[in-house]
Amino acid sequence: MRSVERITVRGSDTEVNLVFRLAEAYMAEDSAVSISIAGGGSGVGIAALLNGKTDVANSSRALTEKEIALAHKRGIRLVAHVFAADALVIVVHPSVGVDSLTLEQLGRIYAGEIRDWAEVGGRPGRISLYGRQSNSGTFVYFREKVLGRDFSPALKQMNGTAQIVESVMRDPYGIGYVGLGYVAKADGSIRQGVRIVRLKANARRPAVSPLDEVALRSGDYPLVRPLYQFTNGRPSDKIKSFFQFETSPAGQQIILENGYLPPWPDMLSAYHALNPPSAQIETLNYYTETR
Amino acid sequence: MTGRRYFWNRFFENSLAVSAFVSIATLVGIFLLLAVNSWKAFTYIGLGEFFSLNAWNPAAYDTPSYGIGALLLGTALTTLGATVIAAPLGVGMAFFLSEIAPMRLRNLLKPIVELMAAVPSVVMGFTGIVLVGPFLAKVFGLPNGLNALNGSILLAFMALPTVISISEDVVQAVPRAYKEASYALGANRWETLIRVTLPACYSGLLAAIMLGIGRAIGETMTVLMATGNATAMPSGLFSSVRTITATVAIEMGEVPTGTTHYYALFACALVLFLITLSINFAAERVAARLRKRGQ
Repeated sequence: MRSVERITVRGSDTEVNLVFRLAEAYMAEDSAVSISIAGGGSGVGIAALLNGKTDVANSSRALTEKEIALAHKRGIRLVAHVFAADALVIVVHPSVGVDSLTLEQLGRIYAGEIRDWAEVGGRPGRISLYGRQSNSGTFVYFREKVLGRDFSPALKQMNGTAQIVESVMRDPYGIGYVGLGYVAKADGSIRQGVRIVRLKANARRPAVSPLDEVALRSGDYPLVRPLYQFTNGRPSDKIKSFFQFETSPAGQQIILENGYLPPWPDMLSAYHALNPPSAQIETLNYYTETR
Repeated sequence: MTGRRYFWNRFFENSLAVSAFVSIATLVGIFLLLAVNSWKAFTYIGLGEFFSLNAWNPAAYDTPSYGIGALLLGTALTTLGATVIAAPLGVGMAFFLSEIAPMRLRNLLKPIVELMAAVPSVVMGFTGIVLVGPFLAKVFGLPNGLNALNGSILLAFMALPTVISISEDVVQAVPRAYKEASYALGANRWETLIRVTLPACYSGLLAAIMLGIGRAIGETMTVLMATGNATAMPSGLFSSVRTITATVAIEMGEVPTGTTHYYALFACALVLFLITLSINFAAERVAARLRKRGQ
């Protein structure tokens, strides 16, 4: 009897479905591996890795200083693998009449400080905020990156991203944040019925559309984040071959189909230039290796 | 032969006793689980803060706060709205079915009412998003229809089968002699219905409505999808509200075990449990009084 190697993966809810699809496709090719995947949030995954409870931690954010210190104390050498990127898109109802916002305006809108579209140059009317529920990794990312404070309690917390798009399409004063895959399909078609807002990192920077691939890759579009998978030390052969599958053309096709971006060679350096990491850790790049 | 019959008799008696015991033990177990975990929440948070009008924001950016005031009000608004819609509709329908509708119509309508109970709650929630919500937005000129009223309408339809079928039983149980006496005194059908039959089943109808409320208050998926889930203090039926059920459902999946937030969700569940328990208990009392009087 052949022995089956088990790999456990825990963490980010943003990644859980995507990694599940990838693992499914991978296991169809290699029956000697059994990959079990659980969500719980990026922090939960990293904590499990530090406690030796998982082989791989999915995370839609970088490590915090605290986590790195804890790993150091326990003699764990965390290694990062970046297999995809996720861009958040801000959508509004077309009748709002706003097509670009600065990150600061966006934060003030979602914190409930800007309540009327007229304050940002739109058609007067009370802004309807749509977002995800607090159990979403994206909720935390958006709060961290855009707000830096609590969401307005008037935020309508929707059950899933598809519901946000539906609601914004129907609500003449609606605004929502969704993953790129929900508005732009892999075949290049764009979701009709909502307007995609161009974002400025700050008032001096140009407004950039998330549909502009160059801007996504250069980091000019401010809401792009790499999706990480952390391991304790260099991954074992089995995990490594799964990681390599993720970055292979077949894996990247799955990533595109699920609405995420395949990584590009200098993605991390561009991202780190804008979001300095709290500490450098070894980052594997199977993507360029497999090209 | 008698020995065998005796064995089977005892066997079935005992199995029934065991099933009854299992159900009660489960109920008590659930209550204890909720109570023990809630106790921790109350010691960490304090009853004052928990039942305050402070925001419900356990995963706050800075300082978490745990007031269930807005959530309780959200639950109360949707449930009251549902009651106001479901009570007259349900009772009216019950009277129509048992007193007015011809046999053929009745045989057609009854299964339809029972089918209403079979609509999955997620389907109701979906209806709320694509049908009721846009309709409310249009009629009342609102930007969106994800509000307490939307939840009320959906919950009313979910409570209707309960209200209708129990009310109908109640109306049917009114002794024939009452009506015949009324007709004998020269009252017509309408007078008999309003002056004799209706007063005879007041408390039974009350029980039916209360059981309907009990059904509506614990409903989760539908309100989670249709009411917008904003934690802000609602100002009326047109506000987006977050109910207690939706809060527990949304947050339980994610919360780290053993944290204050975790225990606070148990406390929410306990509050909900006590509310439904007392409503059902009260309905039972009312119904029991009715049965006694009917004898």
